[in-house]
Amino acid sequence: MMNSLEAQKIISGNRNGAAVIATYTTNREWPQASDKPGLDLLFAGGMGKASSLGLGLAMARPDLNVIVLDGDGSLLMNLGSLVTIANVAPPNLIHFVFENGIYRTTGCQPIPNQAKISFAGLAEAAGYANVYEFEEVESLAGKIATVMKQRGPTFVCLKIEPSAKKSPLPYTKTNLEIVGQFKKALAASSVGV
Amino acid sequence: MNDQTRPLTGMAITKEIKKCGITHVIWLPDSRTRFIEEVLASEPQITMVPVCREGEAIAIAAGLILGNKKPMTLHQNTGLFESGDSIRGLGLDYQLPLLMMIGCKGWRGDSLTDSAGIFTAPTLNAWGIKHYLVDKDEHAGLISSAHKEAQETKRPVAILIPEENK
Repeated sequence: MMNSLEAQKIISGNRNGAAVIATYTTNREWPQASDKPGLDLLFAGGMGKASSLGLGLAMARPDLNVIVLDGDGSLLMNLGSLVTIANVAPPNLIHFVFENGIYRTTGCQPIPNQAKISFAGLAEAAGYANVYEFEEVESLAGKIATVMKQRGPTFVCLKIEPSAKKSPLPYTKTNLEIVGQFKKALAASSVGV
Repeated sequence: MNDQTRPLTGMAITKEIKKCGITHVIWLPDSRTRFIEEVLASEPQITMVPVCREGEAIAIAAGLILGNKKPMTLHQNTGLFESGDSIRGLGLDYQLPLLMMIGCKGWRGDSLTDSAGIFTAPTLNAWGIKHYLVDKDEHAGLISSAHKEAQETKRPVAILIPEENK
């Protein structure tokens, strides 16, 4: 299993100008990993809707890669989005799921069927074009460049160490300021996929 | 009833939707609004995006708006209730100018088994979401004015499509 922040630093180092939507646990840590805060949307969740938000943005901006940093508990609240995403099949969407097996934000309660569920299996069955699962940070680091170059939608399950330690909420701006900054950065960016 | 003989036609609604410059319709099938979907689906400039649950629709529309597109959602009032946290956390908190078209099950209050119609307007009112009833072609212009209102107020605005008269 890997450390969540270490995994995020690897993703950040390979984002190549992609927009990033980070939710729940990752939205607390991503600012420590990211060097392009303008293109980061720290999203409180909407009960697991980060993947759907990412899908909409990926459709609107086919010239830009969109990375979603999702949680396992988060995805469980919006499992149908796997099917919706696979059906639309945006080539520029990379959907990471940080599987720590717990609801870290709410007190580390286990997610349902914690030991048996396969998120990679669910994504594969839903019809994602590419599905990866990484247990160790070294294997993620070795493959990340290839993962990012695939024609999506791409799903990446990361096996994360369960930890009770929570980074403090990073918000120093209101929702409107965050989304305003994000829109501004989106308008200014056009990165070839 | 076919599209030509009903008081509200898919053609009239689609004409207004096109006038608004809608680029994407994010939808879940609903028997009350099927006549609209059927016409919309033949419009090449509008992308239809089917979803599994209505809350997804709001979030997908939010992503499209952030990327400068003009989506609308189309689903049943039961789905309005399901998508509550997406409406709150995205539509209202991000101040998104979203046109929501909602098929209203039980609108006429004559159902013995379904309360969806009873709770639709109070729920929208609780969120401060303006809503307009469109039940005949003469009222289809409300769609364009609702869309304009959404853009100007930076809030979701709803168009309610009731069940047909039996």
